[in-house]
Amino acid sequence: MRGITKTFSQQTIANDSVDLEVGSGEIHCLLGENGAGKSTLMNILYGLYTPDSGTIHIDGKPVSFPSPSHAIAHGISMVHQHFMLIPVFTVLENIILGKEPVKQPLLDRRTAKKEIEELSQRFGLDVDLSALVQDISVAMQQRVEILKMLYRKARIMIFDEPTAVLTPQEVSDLYETMNTLKESGNTIIFITHKLKEVMDISDKVTILRHGKTVATVNTKDTTPTELTRMMVGRDVLFSDQSPVSVEGPPVLDVAHVTAKDSLGRTAVNNVSFSLHEGEILGIAGVDGNGQNELVEALTGLRSVEEGSIATHGVELAHRPTKEFFAAGIAHVPADRLKRGIISDFNLCENLLLGHQYQRRFNKRCLLDNAAITAWAKEILGQFNVRYACTTMKAGNLSGGNQQKLVVAREIQRNPTILIAAQPTRGLDIGATQFMRTSLVELKSQGKAILLVSLDLQELMSMSDRILVLFEGAIQGEFRKIDGYDETAIGFLMAGGNHD
Amino acid sequence: MTDRSLDKKRPTLDSHQGGRRSRLGAIMGSTATSSVIVILAFLLGFFILGITGFNPIQAFSAMFRGALGSKRGIAETLLSMTPLILSGLGFALAYHCKLFNIGLEGQIAVGAIAASWLGYSIEGLPCVVHVTICLVGACLAGAVWGFFPGFLKARYNIHEVISVIMLNHIAFKVAAYMVSVGGPMKDPTDLMPASPYILTTAKLPRIWAGTRFNVSIFIALAMAFVVWVFLYKSRPGYMMRAVGSNPDAAQTVGISATSFTILAMVLSSALGGLAGGIEILGIHHRLLAQFSPGYGFDAIAVALLGQLNPIAVVASSFLYGVLRSGAVLMQVTTGVSKDMVSVLTATIIFFTSMKEPFARWMKHLFSAIKGHPMIGRSDSHVA
Repeated sequence: MRGITKTFSQQTIANDSVDLEVGSGEIHCLLGENGAGKSTLMNILYGLYTPDSGTIHIDGKPVSFPSPSHAIAHGISMVHQHFMLIPVFTVLENIILGKEPVKQPLLDRRTAKKEIEELSQRFGLDVDLSALVQDISVAMQQRVEILKMLYRKARIMIFDEPTAVLTPQEVSDLYETMNTLKESGNTIIFITHKLKEVMDISDKVTILRHGKTVATVNTKDTTPTELTRMMVGRDVLFSDQSPVSVEGPPVLDVAHVTAKDSLGRTAVNNVSFSLHEGEILGIAGVDGNGQNELVEALTGLRSVEEGSIATHGVELAHRPTKEFFAAGIAHVPADRLKRGIISDFNLCENLLLGHQYQRRFNKRCLLDNAAITAWAKEILGQFNVRYACTTMKAGNLSGGNQQKLVVAREIQRNPTILIAAQPTRGLDIGATQFMRTSLVELKSQGKAILLVSLDLQELMSMSDRILVLFEGAIQGEFRKIDGYDETAIGFLMAGGNHD
Repeated sequence: MTDRSLDKKRPTLDSHQGGRRSRLGAIMGSTATSSVIVILAFLLGFFILGITGFNPIQAFSAMFRGALGSKRGIAETLLSMTPLILSGLGFALAYHCKLFNIGLEGQIAVGAIAASWLGYSIEGLPCVVHVTICLVGACLAGAVWGFFPGFLKARYNIHEVISVIMLNHIAFKVAAYMVSVGGPMKDPTDLMPASPYILTTAKLPRIWAGTRFNVSIFIALAMAFVVWVFLYKSRPGYMMRAVGSNPDAAQTVGISATSFTILAMVLSSALGGLAGGIEILGIHHRLLAQFSPGYGFDAIAVALLGQLNPIAVVASSFLYGVLRSGAVLMQVTTGVSKDMVSVLTATIIFFTSMKEPFARWMKHLFSAIKGHPMIGRSDSHVA
């Protein structure tokens, strides 16, 4: 790809004369912060976007992809961050969709099944072909996506941040698969913003920053520090450890809370803990072990079956979300787009959510737009949100900036308790660091923070205590003063027993 | 990220102007899209009239003459605009909370029942008080009629389209029963299925001699402004739009989706009820079975063509008012059935549902026309 330029609107230049050269049979990382233009570039290669200028060559021949089907015809395939699978179809049906073998006039499932089983054996991709996609784990869905590419005889495979949804064990399985794919001659483009992954798996790495190519280097000739510098344009210190604090009085008491998920299964099982002033309490666990339901229960979004949630002696269980907020609980939801922001609302309207009753934003019986805008500008500046204008839609912000907006809004409530669910998921280094510093600062102000994260490293560096959640129940508690034992925590996360 | 703090002042200033410009641009863009839709609908109308052997120019000019060419025509156009504005506002309001209120016709009917009953049965009130009571009663009747589907939607997730269509039929039948022989509101001295005439104190004053034109249009225009303020300037309107745009996010910050769903449905239906009441107090002066020629259904097209903006709803109501009031003269003088209006309406709805691609084409067209100056200002339009 040479000199690729893509602009979306007057303000955003997503790709500015980007060059990318990927050799055949290599694993090539595309590294960059959120909003650096990685996904845009790959979407161009995959035919989802047409570039404003620039050319694409495959095997030396110029090509152009007006649509993904053209790209697929040239052996290019992509595993998107959000999988493109049909939940109510079986794995087999999902894989053959778009390239169905037929024995006129019917689908030839048997041939398809045989072919896919062969592929899955050869590449060590264990899937249950007859299961419905909605019933299988995220990791298996990813394997389905990979099989889909193989089934289409793809030679160039694009993985868009494939590890974001996986556990450490699943990540190493994925690496193994990628290496097998490479050995059989496939080319892999791996989009990521995690340095460790680049160092672990890639042969070469191209760094993008602000829509421009910074450099392409051989992985073995570089170091994480150098990559960081190229990626963010400055050195970043990873010493964002939060110092152990003296345990303050409890502010949130959770006792024997049980809650069900949307399908009526017990998702939170007899959970009890108390959260103290000035501490960060981490909740560790593999995705889908009741974290979401626990957070929803603690913010009044999900009704609890049993148990009590109390802050400063006020019982909140069975009360509406409004009262949780009134009691000083703020919530940074895990799913930004679903719960955090309203994409169609502009930045002011988004910031105002939850603040709309404040007297300073109301003039007589109407909202005071001038006051809101002035306040919004101040907050956005304070939280380093990069935006074009306050009337732009929040959906047009990059992920990291959306998250900053949510955190800014919640901190502005001046809460005593902040429940942060995966506050750094999908954020680049700069934004992640910002988020963590904000949390540590809140803690030093005496706020109580419940940090739910899938990233164990993050939890260990941030939390004063860690509770491990497995199948909705607390398996154990670890304290920073005793020193964290990663293996022990990992053992409990995987369902191991304490004794 | 670091450079942002350095030149914080400048981008803020720029961005403010950018915001103005983009909002103005958006308004112009949607106006242009709606205009193109209307023009295309008329072109299709030309074509249909042409191939069915009529003279389209004659037909359409008769229509416009009928609607705008005489004192009486203008009065009738404005009169039919009134219920269209009110029910169009009702539809737009509900739609901002992602509710599809196809039940405005029924809400018009119950509003009319309430207004006519209050209009003939309360005696001895000054005009202003009596009219106010009748209109408030019409609003309340509509609101109650809308509360049920709103409640069912919010509480049990029963789709509002289903429940309001059912309620439409109930409302039509109730209205028919009220004025049928032996019905509770039937005027026994009249053979017509109608209620007694409302008292003079309940009638909206007619202010243009020789026509039925009355003050109702001003009420409708005022309501358009009120709804605009409610949606875009008031706190409940803001919260209601939040629920409509993303109920999960609204709930996450403690806004009750249940309450605002019900509120949206109630307010929307109250506007429908008001439209019904105004029809009675301003034009018919008595309840007739089936007095509305489908204003509540046209409201959907009106609101969608107005892109759900209360002020634009007034403009699209004007267009529909012209079509409705001009159709009669067109039929009389050129023999083109007044159902031609339905064809135009349907075409407009059809094109409106395609407005996304339309808007895209328009944008391309504009940037092609504007061409170089755009490129000079920023390089984003370089192809």
